Amino acid sequence: MSELKIFRIAAWVAVAIAAGIWIGFSGILPGTGRVQQAVSTGIAAIGGRFELTSHRGETFNNAKVAGKPYLVFFGFTHCPDICPTTLFELTDLMSKLGPAADRLTPLFITVDPERDTQELLASYMTSFDDRIIALRGSQAQTDAAVKAFAAYYRKVPIEGGSYTMDHTAGVILMNAEGQFAGTLDMHEARETVLAKLKRLVGA
Amino acid sequence: MTLLKTTLVVLVVFIAFAAPSIAHDYTAGNIQIGHPWSRPTPPSAKVAGGYVKLTNAGSEPDRLIAIASPIASRTEIHGSVVENGVASMRPLDGAGIDPGATVAFEAERLHFMFIEPNRQLRNGERFPATLVFEKAGRVHVEFMVQMRTSAPAAEDHSGHGGSQ
Repeated sequence: MSELKIFRIAAWVAVAIAAGIWIGFSGILPGTGRVQQAVSTGIAAIGGRFELTSHRGETFNNAKVAGKPYLVFFGFTHCPDICPTTLFELTDLMSKLGPAADRLTPLFITVDPERDTQELLASYMTSFDDRIIALRGSQAQTDAAVKAFAAYYRKVPIEGGSYTMDHTAGVILMNAEGQFAGTLDMHEARETVLAKLKRLVGA
Repeated sequence: MTLLKTTLVVLVVFIAFAAPSIAHDYTAGNIQIGHPWSRPTPPSAKVAGGYVKLTNAGSEPDRLIAIASPIASRTEIHGSVVENGVASMRPLDGAGIDPGATVAFEAERLHFMFIEPNRQLRNGERFPATLVFEKAGRVHVEFMVQMRTSAPAAEDHSGHGGSQ
Protein backbone atom coordinates (compact mmCIF):
# COMPACT_ATOMS: atom_id res chain seq x y z
CA MET A 1 0.00 0.00 0.00
CA SER A 2 1.45 3.30 -1.00
CA GLU A 3 1.60 6.19 1.36
CA LEU A 4 -0.79 8.08 -0.90
CA LYS A 5 -3.41 5.32 -0.61
CA ILE A 6 -3.16 5.36 3.19
CA PHE A 7 -3.56 9.14 3.17
CA ARG A 8 -6.68 8.88 0.93
CA ILE A 9 -8.33 6.27 3.20
CA ALA A 10 -7.52 8.29 6.28
CA ALA A 11 -8.97 11.41 4.68
CA TRP A 12 -12.23 9.67 3.76
CA VAL A 13 -12.52 8.19 7.25
CA ALA A 14 -12.07 11.68 8.66
CA VAL A 15 -14.76 13.04 6.35
CA ALA A 16 -17.12 10.21 7.31
CA ILE A 17 -16.59 10.87 11.02
CA ALA A 18 -17.11 14.62 10.55
CA ALA A 19 -20.27 13.99 8.52
CA GLY A 20 -21.57 11.58 11.15
CA ILE A 21 -21.04 14.11 13.88
CA TRP A 22 -22.73 16.83 11.82
CA ILE A 23 -25.75 14.62 11.06
CA GLY A 24 -26.04 13.57 14.67
CA PHE A 25 -26.15 17.10 15.95
CA SER A 26 -28.09 18.75 13.14
CA GLY A 27 -31.36 17.00 13.81
CA ILE A 28 -31.62 15.53 10.28
CA LEU A 29 -32.08 12.04 11.64
CA PRO A 30 -35.49 11.18 13.08
CA GLY A 31 -35.56 11.26 16.87
CA THR A 32 -32.57 13.53 17.16
CA GLY A 33 -34.51 16.73 16.77
CA ARG A 34 -32.88 19.73 18.33
CA VAL A 35 -33.71 20.32 21.95
CA GLN A 36 -35.94 23.37 21.94
CA GLN A 37 -33.85 26.36 22.82
CA ALA A 38 -34.98 28.25 25.90
CA VAL A 39 -36.00 31.70 24.77
CA SER A 40 -34.66 34.14 27.32
CA THR A 41 -37.18 36.78 28.24
CA GLY A 42 -35.39 37.70 31.45
CA ILE A 43 -38.42 36.44 33.38
CA ALA A 44 -38.06 33.42 35.62
CA ALA A 45 -40.30 30.44 34.84
CA ILE A 46 -42.43 30.81 37.96
CA GLY A 47 -46.18 30.48 38.09
CA GLY A 48 -47.28 27.20 36.56
CA ARG A 49 -50.40 25.14 37.08
CA PHE A 50 -51.69 24.41 40.54
CA GLU A 51 -54.96 23.27 42.06
CA LEU A 52 -55.70 23.56 45.75
CA THR A 53 -58.66 24.14 48.08
CA SER A 54 -59.26 27.48 49.79
CA HIS A 55 -59.96 27.89 53.50
CA ARG A 56 -63.56 28.55 52.45
CA GLY A 57 -63.73 25.12 50.80
CA GLU A 58 -63.60 26.28 47.18
CA THR A 59 -61.39 24.76 44.53
CA PHE A 60 -58.72 27.31 43.71
CA ASN A 61 -56.43 26.88 40.72
CA ASN A 62 -54.16 29.00 38.52
CA ALA A 63 -57.15 29.91 36.29
CA LYS A 64 -58.66 31.87 39.23
CA VAL A 65 -55.79 34.33 39.17
CA ALA A 66 -55.35 34.49 35.38
CA GLY A 67 -55.10 38.13 34.32
CA LYS A 68 -54.82 39.36 37.92
CA PRO A 69 -51.84 40.36 40.02
CA TYR A 70 -51.35 38.05 42.98
CA LEU A 71 -48.97 37.19 45.81
CA VAL A 72 -47.84 33.73 46.90
CA PHE A 73 -46.46 32.91 50.31
CA PHE A 74 -45.65 29.42 51.62
CA GLY A 75 -45.93 28.64 55.32
CA PHE A 76 -47.76 26.64 57.99
CA THR A 77 -49.72 27.44 61.12
CA HIS A 78 -47.39 25.58 63.54
CA CYS A 79 -44.97 28.40 62.84
CA PRO A 80 -44.81 30.96 65.66
CA ASP A 81 -42.66 33.57 64.00
CA ILE A 82 -42.26 34.29 60.31
CA CYS A 83 -45.65 32.97 59.09
CA PRO A 84 -48.05 34.89 61.35
CA THR A 85 -45.79 37.95 61.07
CA THR A 86 -45.98 37.86 57.28
CA LEU A 87 -49.76 37.43 57.42
CA PHE A 88 -50.13 40.35 59.86
CA GLU A 89 -47.87 42.47 57.66
CA LEU A 90 -49.79 41.58 54.51
CA THR A 91 -52.97 42.51 56.37
CA ASP A 92 -51.46 45.88 57.23
CA LEU A 93 -50.22 46.40 53.65
CA MET A 94 -53.63 45.55 52.19
CA SER A 95 -55.25 48.22 54.34
CA LYS A 96 -52.54 50.75 53.41
CA LEU A 97 -53.05 49.99 49.70
CA GLY A 98 -56.62 51.20 50.00
CA PRO A 99 -59.20 50.39 47.31
CA ALA A 100 -56.43 49.20 44.93
CA ALA A 101 -55.96 46.21 47.25
CA ASP A 102 -59.18 44.75 45.81
CA ARG A 103 -57.23 44.05 42.62
CA LEU A 104 -54.65 41.99 44.51
CA THR A 105 -55.05 38.36 45.62
CA PRO A 106 -52.60 37.25 48.33
CA LEU A 107 -52.32 33.46 48.58
CA PHE A 108 -51.02 31.69 51.69
CA ILE A 109 -50.22 28.10 50.68
CA THR A 110 -49.67 25.69 53.55
CA VAL A 111 -46.76 23.26 53.26
CA ASP A 112 -48.23 21.28 56.19
CA PRO A 113 -51.60 20.02 54.89
CA GLU A 114 -51.43 17.17 57.42
CA ARG A 115 -52.01 19.52 60.38
CA ASP A 116 -53.47 22.52 58.53
CA THR A 117 -56.95 21.24 57.85
CA GLN A 118 -59.49 23.38 56.05
CA GLU A 119 -61.40 23.88 59.33
CA LEU A 120 -58.27 25.05 61.13
CA LEU A 121 -57.36 27.42 58.29
CA ALA A 122 -60.90 28.83 58.17
CA SER A 123 -60.64 29.77 61.84
CA TYR A 124 -57.00 30.90 61.64
CA MET A 125 -57.62 33.27 58.73
CA THR A 126 -60.29 35.26 60.60
CA SER A 127 -57.40 37.21 62.19
CA PHE A 128 -56.22 38.56 58.83
CA ASP A 129 -57.45 40.62 55.88
CA ASP A 130 -60.31 38.62 54.37
CA ARG A 131 -58.88 39.04 50.87
CA ILE A 132 -55.95 36.79 51.85
CA ILE A 133 -56.77 33.25 50.76
CA ALA A 134 -55.27 30.26 52.57
CA LEU A 135 -54.84 27.21 50.34
CA ARG A 136 -54.21 23.56 51.08
CA GLY A 137 -54.09 20.38 49.02
CA SER A 138 -53.12 16.75 49.06
CA GLN A 139 -49.44 15.98 49.27
CA ALA A 140 -49.28 15.73 45.47
CA GLN A 141 -51.19 19.00 45.00
CA THR A 142 -48.94 20.72 47.53
CA ASP A 143 -45.83 19.42 45.77
CA ALA A 144 -47.17 20.66 42.42
CA ALA A 145 -47.88 24.14 43.81
CA VAL A 146 -44.44 24.37 45.42
CA LYS A 147 -42.88 23.33 42.12
CA ALA A 148 -45.00 25.80 40.14
CA PHE A 149 -43.50 28.67 42.10
CA ALA A 150 -39.97 27.22 42.20
CA ALA A 151 -40.27 27.13 45.99
CA TYR A 152 -38.99 24.64 48.53
CA TYR A 153 -40.23 22.82 51.59
CA ARG A 154 -39.10 19.94 53.72
CA LYS A 155 -40.63 18.08 56.66
CA VAL A 156 -38.13 17.87 59.52
CA PRO A 157 -38.77 15.40 62.37
CA ILE A 158 -37.89 16.76 65.81
CA GLU A 159 -37.40 15.07 69.16
CA GLY A 160 -40.55 13.75 70.78
CA GLY A 161 -42.21 12.52 67.58
CA SER A 162 -43.26 15.93 66.33
CA TYR A 163 -42.03 17.72 63.24
CA THR A 164 -41.44 21.15 61.82
CA MET A 165 -41.27 22.46 58.28
CA ASP A 166 -38.49 24.24 56.42
CA HIS A 167 -39.99 26.41 53.70
CA THR A 168 -39.37 29.25 51.26
CA ALA A 169 -39.82 32.42 53.28
CA GLY A 170 -40.32 35.24 50.80
CA VAL A 171 -43.54 36.60 49.33
CA ILE A 172 -43.61 35.98 45.56
CA LEU A 173 -45.09 38.74 43.38
CA MET A 174 -46.94 37.70 40.22
CA ASN A 175 -48.14 40.34 37.76
CA ALA A 176 -51.39 40.45 35.78
CA GLU A 177 -49.63 38.75 32.84
CA GLY A 178 -48.89 35.77 35.08
CA GLN A 179 -45.20 36.58 35.16
CA PHE A 180 -42.87 36.56 38.15
CA ALA A 181 -42.40 40.18 39.26
CA GLY A 182 -40.00 39.81 42.19
CA THR A 183 -40.35 39.15 45.89
CA LEU A 184 -41.28 41.15 48.96
CA ASP A 185 -38.73 41.48 51.70
CA MET A 186 -40.39 42.46 54.96
CA HIS A 187 -37.06 43.88 56.19
CA GLU A 188 -37.24 46.63 53.60
CA ALA A 189 -38.72 49.99 54.52
CA ARG A 190 -42.50 49.90 54.57
CA GLU A 191 -42.61 52.53 51.78
CA THR A 192 -40.47 50.32 49.52
CA VAL A 193 -42.70 47.30 50.09
CA LEU A 194 -45.82 49.38 49.52
CA ALA A 195 -44.34 50.90 46.34
CA LYS A 196 -43.72 47.38 44.95
CA LEU A 197 -47.33 46.42 45.60
CA LYS A 198 -48.65 49.65 44.07
CA ARG A 199 -46.59 49.03 40.94
CA LEU A 200 -47.90 45.46 40.80
CA VAL A 201 -51.56 46.51 40.92
CA GLY A 202 -50.99 49.57 38.73
CA ALA A 203 -52.01 52.03 41.42
CA MET B 1 -60.04 51.76 105.06
CA THR B 2 -62.44 52.79 102.34
CA LEU B 3 -59.98 55.37 101.14
CA LEU B 4 -57.26 52.74 101.06
CA LYS B 5 -59.52 50.40 99.09
CA THR B 6 -60.37 53.13 96.61
CA THR B 7 -56.71 54.00 96.24
CA LEU B 8 -55.87 50.34 95.62
CA VAL B 9 -58.63 49.97 93.03
CA VAL B 10 -57.45 53.11 91.25
CA LEU B 11 -53.88 51.84 91.37
CA VAL B 12 -54.81 48.39 90.02
CA VAL B 13 -56.90 49.92 87.26
CA PHE B 14 -54.07 52.32 86.43
CA ILE B 15 -51.53 49.49 86.24
CA ALA B 16 -53.86 47.30 84.20
CA PHE B 17 -54.46 49.97 81.58
CA ALA B 18 -51.24 51.95 81.57
CA ALA B 19 -48.71 49.15 81.90
CA PRO B 20 -49.13 47.42 78.52
CA SER B 21 -47.79 50.49 76.73
CA ILE B 22 -44.48 50.60 78.59
CA ALA B 23 -41.46 48.31 78.62
CA HIS B 24 -41.06 46.04 81.62
CA ASP B 25 -37.89 44.45 82.94
CA TYR B 26 -36.88 41.86 85.52
CA THR B 27 -33.65 40.87 87.21
CA ALA B 28 -32.48 37.42 88.30
CA GLY B 29 -29.05 37.46 89.88
CA ASN B 30 -26.77 38.96 87.25
CA ILE B 31 -29.25 38.47 84.43
CA GLN B 32 -31.40 41.35 83.25
CA ILE B 33 -34.56 40.28 81.48
CA GLY B 34 -35.84 42.95 79.13
CA HIS B 35 -39.44 43.21 78.04
CA PRO B 36 -40.75 39.67 77.47
CA TRP B 37 -43.43 39.93 74.80
CA SER B 38 -45.58 37.79 72.55
CA ARG B 39 -47.74 38.37 69.48
CA PRO B 40 -51.50 38.07 69.41
CA THR B 41 -52.46 34.66 68.01
CA PRO B 42 -55.10 33.84 65.42
CA PRO B 43 -57.92 31.61 66.68
CA SER B 44 -57.07 27.88 66.48
CA ALA B 45 -53.33 28.64 66.51
CA LYS B 46 -51.50 25.69 68.04
CA VAL B 47 -48.38 27.72 68.78
CA ALA B 48 -47.43 31.22 69.94
CA GLY B 49 -44.07 32.92 69.71
CA GLY B 50 -42.31 34.85 72.47
CA TYR B 51 -39.35 37.20 72.61
CA VAL B 52 -37.11 38.77 75.24
CA LYS B 53 -33.73 40.46 75.65
CA LEU B 54 -31.31 38.85 78.14
CA THR B 55 -28.25 40.71 79.42
CA ASN B 56 -25.55 39.19 81.59
CA ALA B 57 -24.24 41.91 83.93
CA GLY B 58 -22.04 39.46 85.83
CA SER B 59 -18.52 38.22 85.24
CA GLU B 60 -19.40 34.57 84.58
CA PRO B 61 -21.26 33.01 81.71
CA ASP B 62 -24.84 31.88 82.36
CA ARG B 63 -27.34 29.94 80.36
CA LEU B 64 -31.10 30.00 79.93
CA ILE B 65 -31.98 26.31 80.13
CA ALA B 66 -35.77 26.21 80.26
CA ILE B 67 -39.01 28.15 80.13
CA ALA B 68 -42.48 27.16 81.25
CA SER B 69 -45.86 28.86 81.19
CA PRO B 70 -49.25 27.79 82.55
CA ILE B 71 -50.83 28.90 79.26
CA ALA B 72 -48.94 26.27 77.23
CA SER B 73 -48.62 22.51 77.48
CA ARG B 74 -44.91 22.91 76.73
CA THR B 75 -42.59 25.79 75.88
CA GLU B 76 -39.47 25.38 73.78
CA ILE B 77 -36.46 27.54 72.99
CA HIS B 78 -35.99 27.71 69.22
CA GLY B 79 -33.29 28.95 66.94
CA SER B 80 -34.67 30.25 63.66
CA VAL B 81 -32.96 31.39 60.48
CA VAL B 82 -33.71 32.34 56.91
CA GLU B 83 -30.93 30.95 54.73
CA ASN B 84 -30.93 31.14 50.95
CA GLY B 85 -34.54 32.25 51.17
CA VAL B 86 -35.59 29.21 53.23
CA ALA B 87 -36.95 29.63 56.76
CA SER B 88 -36.20 26.95 59.31
CA MET B 89 -36.38 26.55 63.07
CA ARG B 90 -34.98 23.96 65.45
CA PRO B 91 -35.44 23.34 69.17
CA LEU B 92 -32.38 24.29 71.25
CA ASP B 93 -31.47 22.95 74.69
CA GLY B 94 -30.71 26.45 75.92
CA ALA B 95 -29.20 29.81 75.15
CA GLY B 96 -25.83 30.85 76.59
CA ILE B 97 -25.23 34.43 77.72
CA ASP B 98 -21.58 35.49 78.03
CA PRO B 99 -20.52 38.04 80.64
CA GLY B 100 -21.42 41.52 79.43
CA ALA B 101 -23.35 40.16 76.45
CA THR B 102 -26.96 40.66 75.43
CA VAL B 103 -28.84 37.85 73.72
CA ALA B 104 -31.86 39.14 71.87
CA PHE B 105 -34.71 36.74 71.18
CA GLU B 106 -36.06 38.22 67.97
CA ALA B 107 -37.39 37.21 64.57
CA GLU B 108 -34.98 35.12 62.50
CA ARG B 109 -32.71 34.46 65.44
CA LEU B 110 -34.27 33.06 68.60
CA HIS B 111 -37.79 32.67 69.91
CA PHE B 112 -39.83 30.86 72.52
CA MET B 113 -42.52 28.59 71.15
CA PHE B 114 -45.52 28.19 73.43
CA ILE B 115 -47.07 24.91 72.31
CA GLU B 116 -50.83 24.34 72.44
CA PRO B 117 -51.73 27.61 74.18
CA ASN B 118 -54.92 27.11 76.19
CA ARG B 119 -56.43 30.30 74.82
CA GLN B 120 -56.12 32.86 72.07
CA LEU B 121 -53.64 35.59 73.01
CA ARG B 122 -55.09 39.06 72.56
CA ASN B 123 -53.39 42.40 72.11
CA GLY B 124 -52.80 44.14 75.45
CA GLU B 125 -52.99 41.00 77.61
CA ARG B 126 -50.24 39.58 79.79
CA PHE B 127 -49.51 36.00 80.75
CA PRO B 128 -47.07 34.48 83.27
CA ALA B 129 -44.02 32.36 82.55
CA THR B 130 -40.97 31.11 84.42
CA LEU B 131 -37.46 31.35 83.02
CA VAL B 132 -34.82 28.99 84.39
CA PHE B 133 -31.14 29.94 84.27
CA GLU B 134 -28.26 27.64 85.09
CA LYS B 135 -26.77 30.08 87.62
CA ALA B 136 -29.32 32.85 88.13
CA GLY B 137 -32.02 30.29 88.88
CA ARG B 138 -35.77 30.63 88.34
CA VAL B 139 -37.51 33.92 87.71
CA HIS B 140 -41.19 34.60 87.20
CA VAL B 141 -42.01 37.06 84.44
CA GLU B 142 -45.02 38.24 82.48
CA PHE B 143 -45.15 38.32 78.71
CA MET B 144 -46.97 41.28 77.19
CA VAL B 145 -49.10 40.42 74.20
CA GLN B 146 -48.60 43.14 71.65
CA MET B 147 -48.70 43.69 67.91
CA ARG B 148 -45.27 44.43 66.53
CA THR B 149 -44.05 44.30 62.99
CA SER B 150 -40.54 43.90 61.65
CA ALA B 151 -40.74 47.30 59.96
CA PRO B 152 -37.45 48.98 60.92
CA ALA B 153 -39.12 52.21 62.04
CA ALA B 154 -41.63 50.42 64.22
CA GLU B 155 -39.12 48.66 66.43
CA ASP B 156 -36.77 49.82 69.05
CA HIS B 157 -33.45 48.28 68.13
CA SER B 158 -31.35 50.29 70.53
CA GLY B 159 -28.95 48.44 72.73
CA HIS B 160 -28.33 45.17 70.96
CA GLY B 161 -25.76 46.15 68.42
CA GLY B 162 -27.98 46.50 65.35
CA SER B 163 -27.89 42.85 64.29
CA GLN B 164 -30.24 43.43 61.36
